[in-house]
Amino acid sequence: MKLGFLVDLNLCMGCKGCEIACKVENEVPLSSWRLRVKYIDIGTFPDASRSFTPLRCNHCESAPCERICPVSALHYLDNGIVNVDSNRCIGCAGCMMACPYGAIYMDPETNTADKCTYCAHRVESGMMPACVVVCPVQANIFGDVEDDASHISHYIMEHQGSVQVRKPEKNTEPKHYYVGGGNQTLNPLAHERLEGYGLFNNVTHLKHIGNPHHGVLDRFLAPFESEEKLTNTSFMNSEKTDAGSHNEEGGH
Amino acid sequence: MVENTIHATQAIVTLDVPLPGIIWGWMITLNMWAKSIATGVILVGAFLLYRHKKEEMPNLRWMMPLLAFVFLNIFLLFTLTDLHQPYRMINIFLHPHWTSAITVGAWMASLFLLLITIMLIIGVGQDLPNVPFKGCKLTAWGRNNGALYDTLFPFVVFLAIPVTLYTAIIMAESSARELWQAPAEVMQMMWAAFMAGTSALILVSGKWSKEARRDLALVLAIATFFSFMMYMGEYFFSFKSAEAEATLAFVHSGGPYNIEFWLGMVLGFIIPFFIAVGNMKSDNKTLLRVAAVLALVGLYMAKDVWLKIPQLLNLS
Repeated sequence: MKLGFLVDLNLCMGCKGCEIACKVENEVPLSSWRLRVKYIDIGTFPDASRSFTPLRCNHCESAPCERICPVSALHYLDNGIVNVDSNRCIGCAGCMMACPYGAIYMDPETNTADKCTYCAHRVESGMMPACVVVCPVQANIFGDVEDDASHISHYIMEHQGSVQVRKPEKNTEPKHYYVGGGNQTLNPLAHERLEGYGLFNNVTHLKHIGNPHHGVLDRFLAPFESEEKLTNTSFMNSEKTDAGSHNEEGGH
Repeated sequence: MVENTIHATQAIVTLDVPLPGIIWGWMITLNMWAKSIATGVILVGAFLLYRHKKEEMPNLRWMMPLLAFVFLNIFLLFTLTDLHQPYRMINIFLHPHWTSAITVGAWMASLFLLLITIMLIIGVGQDLPNVPFKGCKLTAWGRNNGALYDTLFPFVVFLAIPVTLYTAIIMAESSARELWQAPAEVMQMMWAAFMAGTSALILVSGKWSKEARRDLALVLAIATFFSFMMYMGEYFFSFKSAEAEATLAFVHSGGPYNIEFWLGMVLGFIIPFFIAVGNMKSDNKTLLRVAAVLALVGLYMAKDVWLKIPQLLNLS
């Protein structure tokens, strides 16, 4: 069994339902995303179009993140999912340096690497990933790519010639496919991030990785601190008091 | 022209999340820089011991392992500190994953530190009998096992090579940062070790013979020259991929990283090269020390830029 994902970009309407469902299902902290939908505008008015690209972990068959992880916190499951054991992760961020898709983040609450696991816990119980269930147009197709009778296999066969993966030149053998994508939607070097064109202003880089109240010394003290300090609530409070960073990250 | 009016290929991101930014920052730069000194003093020290009599470099036998010990500990401290879960560092030893250069490197560096510590105890025991205090049992053991120093030394020199180079393998495994995946990175690490090791030894070579110091100047000149040439090659020639080229285009376009890079090149490579070449003709301890300090500063700056710029590239 080899589980894979296919997104039909012709169907995706950018509702971000999958993004929210993923956040809720996996309790993804603020400032972090396992799955995100990127909007790209092509051309200029009136000859302009907008495309939406959901981006998540590619669960590569030859995963660079799995290879570089010094403690096997990133590991393969029998069904092909590249899973994360956050209890083993040492937080070296090697996987973040290795993933060519930028799909891994440092969880600001646990201070460990995390990413999309194709909702491995749901899959184990015979359920579909949260993003698949919530998609109103069934643009997310999930299943066993080694099973010729599966929906995803049929979809791939029906759309032969237009099925693509991101960065095939990296030889990571991604198990996440796109139909209806183009160079501008799948290649990050083929589009620009220009100030003034975004729906929000000053969307640039995060100022920190991890909890802003969790500095170098705190990493050593963390096991001795109460859980209270490491919750989403404290993170939200910190943003409320920091109006500058709120604006910089798209406040309006 | 139709392509100018329609902008058929213009694509702009209009909604996305903020990018992660620099993840491996100054602590990793410091980590690599300190490791270069730690392994460099061993490699250059071995070269000096091969070329000269011990009596020409009276403090080398204990100073070499001492410098290696101090900078290896700085390297290990910042490796640990940079971890988001520092107490779990032990997992590298309890649950090692051998395809990872981080794992292999951590094991090798630990073994290297153990051997260096033994050499330091012996070196101090033999040359500084009253350090840390008179009657210290540890240094007394070192004093009585002087032959072990010479037995261990070839293994330590041999081990210093992979300990120097494994960071290049980590960078090669970092497939998201194509700028680091150049074959030149391996040699760049080696030259950095020679530069840093020589510079550190220059700072403690006040009582050494002129011939030994001339050799230090020679190694510094060669290391700065070839390292500079390799940086120039990597900086100006787009050597492989679109991502590496985009990263270089970013730093070519100016900004603080451009300034830091060129400042590093001038301070750490060009000036020390000329001072070192001059010093081979006429021995000037002070100038050579200035060259050593500049080389260490410039090396840090060059490493810092090379570490950070590919992390600013958007990956998705």
